[in-house]
Amino acid sequence: MKDKLQRIKEEAFKQIQDSDALEKLNEVRVAFLGKKGELTAVLKSMKDVAPEDKPMVGQLVNDTRQAIEALLEETKSKLEKAALQLKLQNEGIDVTLPAKKEQLGHRHPNTIALEEVERIFIGMGYEVVEGPEIENNYYNFDALNIPDNHPAKDEQDTFYINSDMVLRTATSPVQVREMEKGKLPIRMIAPGRVFRSDEVDATHSPSFHQVEGLVIDKNITFADLKGTLAEFAKELFGPDTKVKFRPHYFPFTEPSAELDVSCYKCGGKGCRFCKGEGWIEILGCGMVHPNVLRMSGIDPDEYSGFAFGMGLERIALLKYEIDDMRLLYENDYRFLKQF
Amino acid sequence: MITALSWIKEYVPDLDVSLQEYMDAMTLSGSKIEGYEKLDKNLENIVVGQIKKIERHPDADKLIICQVDVGKTERVQIVTGASNVKEGDKVPVVLDGGRVAGGHDGGSLPESGIKIKKGKLRGIESNGMMCSIEELGSSKDYYPEAPEEGIYIFEDDVEVGSDAVEVLGLNDAVFEYEITSNRVDCFSVLGIAREVAATFGKKFVPPVVTVKENTEDVNDYVKVTVKDTDLCTRYCARVVKNIKIGPSPKWMQRRLAAHGIRPINNLVDITNYIMEEFGQPMHAYDLDLIEGKEIIVKRGNTGDKFVTLDGQERAIDDSVLMICDANKPVGIAGIMGGENSMITDSVSTLLFEAACFDGTNIRRSSKKVGLRTDASTKFEKGLDPNTAQLAIDRACQLIVELGVGEVVGGMVDVYETKREGKKVVLDSARINQILGTNIDEATMIGYFKNIELDYNAETKEVIIPSWRQDISHTADLAEEVARFYGYDNIPTTLPTGEATTGKLSFKLRVEEVARNVAEFYGFSQAMTYAFESPKVFEKLLLPKDSKLREAVAIMNPLGEDFSIMRTSSLNGMLTALSTNYNRRNKDVRLYELGNVYLPKQIPVTELPEERIQFTLGMYGEGDFFSMKGVVEEFFQKVGLNKKIKYDPTNKKSYLHPGRQAEMYYEEQLIGYLGEVHPEVSETYNIKDRVYLAVIDMPYIVELATFDRKYEGIAKYPAVTRDISMVMKKEILVGQVEEVIEKKGGAILESYQLFDIYEGAQIKEGYKSVAYSITFRAKDKTLEDSDVNTSMERILKELGNLGIELRQ
Repeated sequence: MKDKLQRIKEEAFKQIQDSDALEKLNEVRVAFLGKKGELTAVLKSMKDVAPEDKPMVGQLVNDTRQAIEALLEETKSKLEKAALQLKLQNEGIDVTLPAKKEQLGHRHPNTIALEEVERIFIGMGYEVVEGPEIENNYYNFDALNIPDNHPAKDEQDTFYINSDMVLRTATSPVQVREMEKGKLPIRMIAPGRVFRSDEVDATHSPSFHQVEGLVIDKNITFADLKGTLAEFAKELFGPDTKVKFRPHYFPFTEPSAELDVSCYKCGGKGCRFCKGEGWIEILGCGMVHPNVLRMSGIDPDEYSGFAFGMGLERIALLKYEIDDMRLLYENDYRFLKQF
Repeated sequence: MITALSWIKEYVPDLDVSLQEYMDAMTLSGSKIEGYEKLDKNLENIVVGQIKKIERHPDADKLIICQVDVGKTERVQIVTGASNVKEGDKVPVVLDGGRVAGGHDGGSLPESGIKIKKGKLRGIESNGMMCSIEELGSSKDYYPEAPEEGIYIFEDDVEVGSDAVEVLGLNDAVFEYEITSNRVDCFSVLGIAREVAATFGKKFVPPVVTVKENTEDVNDYVKVTVKDTDLCTRYCARVVKNIKIGPSPKWMQRRLAAHGIRPINNLVDITNYIMEEFGQPMHAYDLDLIEGKEIIVKRGNTGDKFVTLDGQERAIDDSVLMICDANKPVGIAGIMGGENSMITDSVSTLLFEAACFDGTNIRRSSKKVGLRTDASTKFEKGLDPNTAQLAIDRACQLIVELGVGEVVGGMVDVYETKREGKKVVLDSARINQILGTNIDEATMIGYFKNIELDYNAETKEVIIPSWRQDISHTADLAEEVARFYGYDNIPTTLPTGEATTGKLSFKLRVEEVARNVAEFYGFSQAMTYAFESPKVFEKLLLPKDSKLREAVAIMNPLGEDFSIMRTSSLNGMLTALSTNYNRRNKDVRLYELGNVYLPKQIPVTELPEERIQFTLGMYGEGDFFSMKGVVEEFFQKVGLNKKIKYDPTNKKSYLHPGRQAEMYYEEQLIGYLGEVHPEVSETYNIKDRVYLAVIDMPYIVELATFDRKYEGIAKYPAVTRDISMVMKKEILVGQVEEVIEKKGGAILESYQLFDIYEGAQIKEGYKSVAYSITFRAKDKTLEDSDVNTSMERILKELGNLGIELRQ
């Protein structure tokens, strides 16, 4: 009996070791441990064993079974690993094949620039508001301290609808409309389309966009204007940006200034991009003129404020190094998809 | 405005700064310098030489060999091809290693000049070069004494060996300023010089004006009447006799040359000089040609023609101010004199005019007569009438100094309303409050004095001179303080005070969602013009009575193509798509968010309604239903959760008659979509099917909401029933869906079209439509009987529409 078991065990071991696939291994299992398997047959023949030998033989049979099962398990695990290995090997892909992409649309560079500007000012507590593109003369000129015979009116070659209505020449009229609402303090920016009678070329367009800004509160100073716009310039053009405020003239602000930022291409050394100046002009600003406050129903002795305005296209052209303004209005997909 | 540095230094003699310092400081004090030119930037090592000996070149007929004394012990041998020099001539000589600005032909100047090296010319050594005025970077226009061709020859009194560049006045720099329209005073050398002196804290020394007059009385020579004093606030006239026309002195010629003004003769040069120096245009008439010895300033007659001194005939009307004599006009005020009173070389007695005309009127007249001159450009800005007298006196001072003639005693001065200086109370605390500074009052007063704003300590008033019309408020004084304190030195702070909420308006938030959805579906953002041509109406095949033809028109458009404000966003979109199609861009999808302008009445008397339109357009991949998917996704994202109704009955001329629909939300028309009519696509040169959707955003903004409520995730199972129907082709599936929604009851969860079929097995004129309908209850597992009740109701109603279940 013992010999027989030994022989079964050896035979099973041999066959297990010879198995090179899971199916074959299973056949071996069935052949030895299955219902009709050899070891099962030995177990069935236990009834013929003398009662006093039964424990010993039973033990032997069990040992043999466990040994075979252990080897089966071990081999199975090995074979499975090998099979997985092989599967993974066969599943290899060329990762340099092209990606599968959804064709997403692209935002206009003007909008991207505007969203940058909005993000910065919203963060500083400014509300984004809008006003009409076709405006009354009063809002476009008179209320901004630009009287009828003022040369500024001539400088801004205006499109007229009739003697009292124009295509707004700036977003500044929104300032007036906002002040007239009488809700103080004001911190607003007003983006929008504006119009000037300029022929289309690489740097001009009869229709473009501006962003106006206005802050009205008690004790607003020119120093606040400087601080706010310096912060804005650094956010927009990078933390190393230097700013320079130059005196300028606008009828609706006094004192007035233009803001230059250090050229972010050359860092201010002067290059082709900044025409050798090292500085790039980005916006006009100033303290709201007392006449403007008064006309809009705000007492200039109690309140003061500052205003600023910038050309959105100018910001977009500068930031994205676009060399021809006409590209912004052609809507060529090969242009748009770059943003 | 431009000024030569040398001229500025005449009035600010202590000025001693580098060009860079000058530019930076002037820009920061408000006179922005846009650029400058160093006249001698490429002139190096050029001296005055005297030709001592000339010999013929042995091997070249056209060359000569000159021995030139350049003030050193050794003479310099120079070979030249110039034929205008002779022994004894003093000429500019560039020595070996030096540089000149350009070639002798006077063509365009190379960026870094031309280097001169010694060498051999036909075997003979040449150790330098004698220069023409063109080689020195200028021209005979500005140096009229220069020969037509050949070497520039100095006058005899020039010292040999001295710096030729200096002698020619080319050791100068010319600055160009951007002067803002409020600073009329700075359109003059004196005005800029005053700013320079204040900027650098140097003494300002304007010319001392005194006129040597004869004992006669000008009133015996001429009478002046100003009829239209509203357009001529001041008219000053002086008379000069015994005129001797000739060249002006070199110093004057050089100054004008540096400013780009050609020297003509002493008389013209003086008036040009005054225009630069004071910013005051002047005019000279030949008094012998002035009939009646009388000047009358009055508006012209409509219909009159007048020949200006450039020989052109100009049409005059009654808004144009004219200078007339007793019988006829002799000049267009402030713009140009007449041919009939023009100064010629034979003039013996002249009438000088320095006047102040209304800037706006000059601007308009200048446009009207089609003539913009240096004079009109100055007058347009609105000059200070007090400058007129100074200018005319200064001109007469120069007349005497330059020996041009004899000034008759006295000046005719018609000056009805004298312009006085203003007074502004100095409130230094308020100025500091505006600026956010802490500058003491004495410092402020110091700044004011530097620009000739006096201070009356008793009344605490700043006295504003008449040339500073721009100052009338404390805020204006604050700017003067800021300019000289330095904008740079003002601290930078952030506003304090009540906190405010930064936010987008609700409208802008809805627009942001529109952009996001469009871009997610592959639409890129376009921007098109708000104005367009009325031809667009024909291009879109709009019927004659279409409301869209009522547009806001621009009075002064850039041309017909930009002459009306758009009433529809279609043309912009179709033009953009067309551009892409014709540039062979494939499968293009664009969207735009932009206004249309709808007049409330024609002609327009109120501001028109501006309605923002969300316009989507595409060609290439995708169809009507792709577009429908995009707009529905958008509606859902802005909280329009109810079913959109599509009505195909209201036909739009520019869309395919069988592939278009208006979109309704709760009975409100909110937009439309469809395929573009092939004739319209053809007009736009797009040979592909084009799909459009236009959403009228103001309605969406009204209906939109970003509120969301969680409804729970279903706990009980759903029951799904499929039905297959046969119906007439004309019945829309939308009608079927309406029935399902209306009759499905509370347990109806959703429904889905899964098959639509026409053809074999379906009778002619019919179609087969199949829906899968899902029911679910929130509170229990549905019984068959619950679902059956709903299904029966649905089927009964479908039956009423003539729809049968498919057998």
